[in-house]
Amino acid sequence: MKLSEVKSLLNVETIYGKKDVEDSLIIKNACGADLMSDVLAFSQEKTMLLTGLTNPQVIRTAEMIGIQAIIFVRGKKPLSETVSLARKLEILLYSTEKPLFEACGLLYKYGIGPEEMNYI
Amino acid sequence: MGADYSLQKKEILNVAIERFDFQSGGEASSQLKNLLRKLGVGSDTVRKTAIVTYELEMNVIIHSFGGEITAQISEDELVIYANDKGPGIADLEKALTPGFSTAGSEIREMGFGAGMGLVNVRRYADNMDIRTAEGEGTNIKVTINLEKPLSD
Repeated sequence: MKLSEVKSLLNVETIYGKKDVEDSLIIKNACGADLMSDVLAFSQEKTMLLTGLTNPQVIRTAEMIGIQAIIFVRGKKPLSETVSLARKLEILLYSTEKPLFEACGLLYKYGIGPEEMNYI
Repeated sequence: MGADYSLQKKEILNVAIERFDFQSGGEASSQLKNLLRKLGVGSDTVRKTAIVTYELEMNVIIHSFGGEITAQISEDELVIYANDKGPGIADLEKALTPGFSTAGSEIREMGFGAGMGLVNVRRYADNMDIRTAEGEGTNIKVTINLEKPLSD
């Protein structure tokens, strides 16, 4: 599923987007978590994170494992320092009103797979 | 012409880490990640190193009185040191148990304290050595093998 399709499926508000990336980036799997070490436990390169956390450490965590897009759930909006760090690292940011469970469930239903625990 | 690092380790990173400095948290790991990329290290190894360093860096910020992160590289391995000024880990076995954390609710609200920090480090490190005692500093040495020797 293209990132642009994910956007419409979850009815997101764009905080920091890039049209060319949204039209070309294919999201095959994603991960939903509010604890950053849980995100880091999955080492496989992935493309998208869904989370309710909005501090800059979310962007740092994404940077470490190569996540390219973050969707904040439950209508949360990131702090301004979170947005500036994301811009610097070119990590795209969106916000959806849907809760984490529903957002993940919708994506799963439409074909986005879970992360596999995979030890490098 | 490749420099010969086979016997000698070259220090490529040394960053002081302040207690509770969440604002800068991740900068040392980010620096190291970019440096390794420039050196031509493979992407799996870079990601593995980034995870390990970030967990160590956040541990120093969250749990210690301050310390430093140092990285040294040789032809076939990367060594990361996280040395702090204390207070030491009281029960190391517990600290290495998935899900165990001494972090308080404020830390958890920031997304840390999952009890996976050292667990993740051990998982991705090729070797991990921890020296610690209650009331003393903690010294962690992590080795990551480079999949192919650096040519330069």
